[in-house]
Amino acid sequence: MTIQNNILKVGRTTPRADAYAKVTGKEKYAVDYYDRDFLWAGVKRAGVAHARVKSIDVERAQAISGVLAVLTHRDVHGSNRQGVARKDQPVLAANKVRHCGDAVALVVAQDKSALQKALELITVDYEPLPAVFDPEEALKEGAPFVQEKNPDGNVLLKGTLQSGDAEAAFEECDAIVEASFKVPYQEHAYLETEGGWAILKEDGMLEMVVSTQTPFRDRAEVAEALGLDQKKIRIIVPYCGGAFGGKDGVSVQTFLGLAAIHCPNRPVKIWLSREESFLSSPKRHPCRLHYRLGAKSDGTLYALTASACYDTGPYDHLGGAVMALGLEHAASPYRIPNLRLQAWSVYTNNPIAGPFRGFGVPQVTAAMEQMVDRVAAKLGLSPLEIRLKNAVEEGGKNGLGISLTGSVHLKDCLVKIREHPFWKEKERWKSLAAPFKRRGLGLACVMHGIGYGPIVPDVANAKIELTSEGRFLIFSGVVDMGQGNATTYLQITGSILNQDPIDLELVLPDTERTLPSGSASASRTTFTFGNALIEAAKDLKERILQDSSDLVMAGGKEEMILLPGRIRHLPTGREILLSDLAKTLDDSEKVATGYFSAPVAKEFPTEDHALRLHGIPHAIFSYGAHLACVEVDELTGEVEVKRYLAVSDCGKVINPQIFEQQIQGGIAQGLGYALCEDFIVQNGEVQTKNLTTYTIPTALDVPDFESIAVEFEEPSGPFGLKGAGEIAIDGPLPAIANAVADACGIRLSRFPLTPERVLKALTEKGS
Amino acid sequence: MKIFFTLNGKEIEIETPPDRRVVDLLREDLNLTGTKEGCGEGECGVCTILVDGESRLSCLMLSPQLEGRKVTTIEGLASGEKLHPVQEAFVEFGAVQCGFCTPGMILRAVDLLQKNPNPTRLEIRGGISGNLCRCTGYQKIVDAVAAAARKMNQENGGLIY
Repeated sequence: MTIQNNILKVGRTTPRADAYAKVTGKEKYAVDYYDRDFLWAGVKRAGVAHARVKSIDVERAQAISGVLAVLTHRDVHGSNRQGVARKDQPVLAANKVRHCGDAVALVVAQDKSALQKALELITVDYEPLPAVFDPEEALKEGAPFVQEKNPDGNVLLKGTLQSGDAEAAFEECDAIVEASFKVPYQEHAYLETEGGWAILKEDGMLEMVVSTQTPFRDRAEVAEALGLDQKKIRIIVPYCGGAFGGKDGVSVQTFLGLAAIHCPNRPVKIWLSREESFLSSPKRHPCRLHYRLGAKSDGTLYALTASACYDTGPYDHLGGAVMALGLEHAASPYRIPNLRLQAWSVYTNNPIAGPFRGFGVPQVTAAMEQMVDRVAAKLGLSPLEIRLKNAVEEGGKNGLGISLTGSVHLKDCLVKIREHPFWKEKERWKSLAAPFKRRGLGLACVMHGIGYGPIVPDVANAKIELTSEGRFLIFSGVVDMGQGNATTYLQITGSILNQDPIDLELVLPDTERTLPSGSASASRTTFTFGNALIEAAKDLKERILQDSSDLVMAGGKEEMILLPGRIRHLPTGREILLSDLAKTLDDSEKVATGYFSAPVAKEFPTEDHALRLHGIPHAIFSYGAHLACVEVDELTGEVEVKRYLAVSDCGKVINPQIFEQQIQGGIAQGLGYALCEDFIVQNGEVQTKNLTTYTIPTALDVPDFESIAVEFEEPSGPFGLKGAGEIAIDGPLPAIANAVADACGIRLSRFPLTPERVLKALTEKGS
Repeated sequence: MKIFFTLNGKEIEIETPPDRRVVDLLREDLNLTGTKEGCGEGECGVCTILVDGESRLSCLMLSPQLEGRKVTTIEGLASGEKLHPVQEAFVEFGAVQCGFCTPGMILRAVDLLQKNPNPTRLEIRGGISGNLCRCTGYQKIVDAVAAAARKMNQENGGLIY
């Protein structure tokens, strides 16, 4: 698929390369394959939160006509373990189930109806075990152990970061505020549920087409879990139908592999139902937070203690790393000299929690940004001025004592808000509220670290090939789950090689063809891969110029310029077609690769190796300031976001349209997190089983958003860019909560701010 | 049972069990995978198709309900290489991200514009509110539908506003 446009340029909106195939229905997603003779596979889920598995009876299921295999842990010949940081999750449960969504058996059948019957006929004899559903209870002595072999009981990871002396510093503060918060699960609700297909070929290759953010890591995981040679596994990833972190890691990959091994030479397909997706997929961690913030009378933020307890469910699934990123961001982007930040990631028998756009940061930002407003109110200061006064600055240090060596333009974002009509005319706008409606404005500052942090290698490998037709193939090792990074890669390449998009072709992630480049996550996708791609493109360009110079016996490559499809010798005007040049080159000369390793911080705010390993600290951050303008209905408790302004410091923008997509989409998800997305779990059982009861925002629930980018160059970024994929989701919850407080003077501790909760708070305040 | 209907302008006859969902008939039996499935219970709208020009959820219909009808799926919306104005606007205005809601969203918008050729932004939002999108925040979809409406009105010699 190519873009019908002229030479690509960085900094200009270019229609997305994937748009044409997507609007015509031609794009084939992983779930869109229905090969001849394909088989359906499906999973038997536990349905109980914590129990010993005494026996699994598959006999009746096996007897169903059309059933080819009923598989249990006994049929898994590898480690039967999956997980990224810690391999603590079985592919198929052996002795024990730890949450309702655990997989206990896998069925492969000729059609869906046989599959369904067989799944129903599998019976498991469980001996119920005492379970723990409350993360704070899980930390207490005597709580049942979820991971019985974990040396730290139910603690997956905990950590403390401190500087100065917070306790003593509170004595010197003129105003102190203290509050607790409970933020909920959030379900990714990507519209394409987990799925794909696999086949074990006659030559022993296991090939898989699957919707994932992490093909290379998945390949290693599938190999280890199933006891296969990694070299005999190929994973291909088409465009995903949404992921948002929820497809970071194995979902159906090990099942597909296992099913394919047991039914060789037949394509096997899995596609989770919405209900199964909600039951088994990781969610945003629910979190309990307690904050205490002290300030001087002039508004200087001076002392902070914060604790955050993340409920990670029964398995790691990056729950330690999520907590660590939250811990690192817990003080928001302010210079607070005295702080003590603590966080826990705790095992429970609730659903699995894991990566979700924001990765632990929305939780702490929700708390901290409300605390800033509270302390400002107590001191009689403007919430905007107090943020401006304390905002981190380039060349300075953040609260953790880390020097900010990357670009920092938070203050510019706040100034943009101060100059904006929404802010300047706020009193008039508020006064125009209709009867029984109250209007208010709320601010939030956001920051978001880019990449994996100091230890886990954050690297990418790009590859570009000049084809014999004189076109260019761009091999992308990083998944495009909908963000449009693949288009940005075309734009970067086209810009450097001065080519028309018609002559550029993308190769999407494929472990056989593209090079390992890490996950599509951590706001790194364009930052890290983009840098690698620039290197590859520049290298190939130099080589083409040199080779063409030699070909025409020119005085050097400086006499040559690269044009769409051809090279021109400037002194003579003679032109060589790229296709003609390609004929003279060896295969190895037609390929260039680029490698990039993201910059890491050279200072450490902690000696705790586990925290470093889990990503603390980051070197490069994006920043932003958000303004929500809301209207609260005093009769119904409904909160309507009428206007929303996000000012972002994400460096230079390569494609304004794609940048806006990220900001607008992030705000909308954040708005759902703030107001309506209430994923309810009781005793480990999901109560909001589908999109009927778990409501995500519709077109009527969100306003038009205003997005402004303050475009300052980040020297380490590709064309000056910083990551923009996650930051927008960090702001809406606190900005909206602050706006609700401004509108009607209520502060809630529990989120989302559903009409019921808001009405109750209004009633309590009234009485 | 055998059913007859018009699919993307062509009359077809197909053998199908009476309880076969239309979404399965289209995707599995006819390989028209542009029609997506996201929930299977009428909540998300990604399986939207046009039946006699009206948007319908193919996960909630059974194959016999197509008997004698004119069905348009996303594959049948463009005229050869020429995109429908709504498709064109979705490309130009950045209304497409992951793209999984896109086919249903476009067909829903086509139906909306047939009934209301000059919708306000709020009417567009209302019109597409049965179709979920998790990527875009809807703004660029509304932009695209509004732009398509303007273009279609111009092309039809209708009101220009």
